[in-house]
Amino acid sequence: MAVYLDYAASAPLRPEAGEAWAAACVPANPSSVHAPGRAARATVEAARETIARAFGADSAEVVFTSGGTEADALALAGIFHARQVDAERPHVLISAVEHHAIGHTADILAARHGATVTRLPVAADGIVAVETIARVLERHGGQIAVISLIGANNETGAAQPVDHAVALAGIHGVPVHSDWVQVAGKVPCDFDASGLAAASISSHKIGGPVGVGALLVRRDTPLVPVTGGGGQERGVRSGTVDARGAAGFAAAALAAGGHDLEALLAPLDAAVARSGGAAICRTPPAHVPGTRLITVPGCSAEVLTYLLDREGIAVSAGSACTAGVVGPSHVLAAMGLGDEATSGLRISVGWGSTSRDIDALIEALPRVIEIARAAAAVPSPREGDRR
Amino acid sequence: MKVLAALSGGVDSAVAAALAVDAGHEVTGVHMALMRHRAPTRTGSRGCCSIEDASDARRAADNLAIPFYVWDLSEDFEALVIEDFLAEYRAGRTPNPCVRCNEHIKFATLARRARALGFDAVCTGHYARLTTDDAGARLRRAIHRAKDQSYVLAAAGPQGLQEVVLPLGTAASKAEVRAMAERRGLPMASKPDSYDICFIADGNTAGFLRERLGERPGPILDETGREVGTHRGIHAFTVGQRRGLGVPRPAADGRPRFVTQIDAAKDTVHIGPVEALSVEGFVAVDATWFGPAASGMLPCEVQVRAHGLPLRAQVTSADDATRLHVRLATPMRAVAPGQSVVVYAPDPARGDLVVAHARIV
Repeated sequence: MAVYLDYAASAPLRPEAGEAWAAACVPANPSSVHAPGRAARATVEAARETIARAFGADSAEVVFTSGGTEADALALAGIFHARQVDAERPHVLISAVEHHAIGHTADILAARHGATVTRLPVAADGIVAVETIARVLERHGGQIAVISLIGANNETGAAQPVDHAVALAGIHGVPVHSDWVQVAGKVPCDFDASGLAAASISSHKIGGPVGVGALLVRRDTPLVPVTGGGGQERGVRSGTVDARGAAGFAAAALAAGGHDLEALLAPLDAAVARSGGAAICRTPPAHVPGTRLITVPGCSAEVLTYLLDREGIAVSAGSACTAGVVGPSHVLAAMGLGDEATSGLRISVGWGSTSRDIDALIEALPRVIEIARAAAAVPSPREGDRR
Repeated sequence: MKVLAALSGGVDSAVAAALAVDAGHEVTGVHMALMRHRAPTRTGSRGCCSIEDASDARRAADNLAIPFYVWDLSEDFEALVIEDFLAEYRAGRTPNPCVRCNEHIKFATLARRARALGFDAVCTGHYARLTTDDAGARLRRAIHRAKDQSYVLAAAGPQGLQEVVLPLGTAASKAEVRAMAERRGLPMASKPDSYDICFIADGNTAGFLRERLGERPGPILDETGREVGTHRGIHAFTVGQRRGLGVPRPAADGRPRFVTQIDAAKDTVHIGPVEALSVEGFVAVDATWFGPAASGMLPCEVQVRAHGLPLRAQVTSADDATRLHVRLATPMRAVAPGQSVVVYAPDPARGDLVVAHARIV
């Protein structure tokens, strides 16, 4: 049977989420006033309540979106624009290891809306230093429209000091958003206790259906819509809510947790440690459970993922993938990994993973690394036979 | 055999892969990403560089139920094809990037990686036939003569073309290939053929060269050595070119003028009447032989352009068989340094056989 170790990209649908999706009562548009509309609305609101409870939010704080990316874009752009209303605050503060949903949205704000984007650097362990956040806030505090700091990075699992950022930003009255896509379902999340202005979550990363997510938004968070429409979802996210998707998402949120993902990965850590440097586990000191970044010096991630796939083992390379091309990872580059930035494998586990999956990977890795090394050692025509 | 099928997203490579599957091989599809920054959609008749093309290739693999990967070979492509293209124009020569890509990417970088990863052969959608004898790979023209691509493959040499399968070499016609694609429900059955240089997004070669090479003005001289105009860089010209010379007044005889020579060292472009383009022979270097090098004078046919007609000639080799003296039976027009010359010797048993590839100097 195939071995799936790419939960950070997308988790297989949990049976309970699939059942809830199929069973959801959605006879009409949830915005309609008639009885079938009310029935659909009840499905949406029940899902909203479940999700709110699962992540420590009030149901009024749950804004359904099409997924994590849209939630991120809405938060960053929506807060940025809302914060320009009463004063000029051109600065946007993010980390160098954000998901592209934040990084590229920040680039758009810079290119088209006059924003000045500062990317907080990370140390070799992939984590932003609290002092750096403090320094930038000291310098630009009053001019910062929004801070976005990823809860846990999607490639390394590195947990960022979001609590510290919230505390420091609070002094300057700057709202903080966090991308919780890789955090939700892995560690307890309490939105209200977090002090965050907004946080993004995604259904399919926790075993729910793809195409639905949510932005958790405090009631007093300055936020304007970035797309126009019928004014659904507190007026900030127009478009008919996917009631069926919301029901599936809620079922997944309810079922999430309870797996000791770190214990599952311990044998892999041990095997990599025994490899004598052939593979290196880049586990940051602070990280969420379930994700491992392993670099394999001298090998290309493109070849390694191919070879593992050939053996029926699905892992991912750097997260930057356009039409199947594995690009160099901006996250690994930010960690100063240089050439090794193209040799990273991400192994991620979740609700359906078993120790057999990890054993299969441990068994295949040495063999695969040997072939990948031989392929990398093939002389390039530049040195070889160029005339 | 374990076969790696290069899938460009076009109909030829898709049908070639399908035929490899039919032949019972264990086929894996690979699309080569040759450009780091690719356009989302295809424009004009350029080959395989857009994301749309990669997506077409993926759908072909889905249709054939074979695994599919995109491999990023853009670094090698930039270094070995695009840089070479620029350097050749800079030097006043006329390169063929498709030849270079076959020589350095498809049947070099890709094939070597395939071998290292345990593949027995590489399959492409080129129209040409390959056989192997004791001396290595032998290249022949395709059955479908009008589509024959042996000219652009020859530079890969017998080493590069070892362990290569070209299922379309025996196809009767392009229409037959399209019909095969149609029958299988391959989405690219009616996709237009590609002709333009794949890495020049807007098809404006002169603009691309100007952008990458800058301007380097110099004189345009007529056949008497008189300056009749100026140019902004020799890279905008190729021997035989008539348009865009920017020479203000017509020649004294009122007849059209053509580029007859480009001198990179002096940055001069020479023009002259059509007769000045006529050549009875030329010298080519860096010869690669398929099989034993010919000794003495070899009666043969030579081809100097991808879709050019073969010309009867006699070839004599020198300098350890790396240098070819080509004498044409009848003079031809416009032979540009940098072009590939492919030498075909008729073999009574096997038809036109490529015996050598070399570069015109």
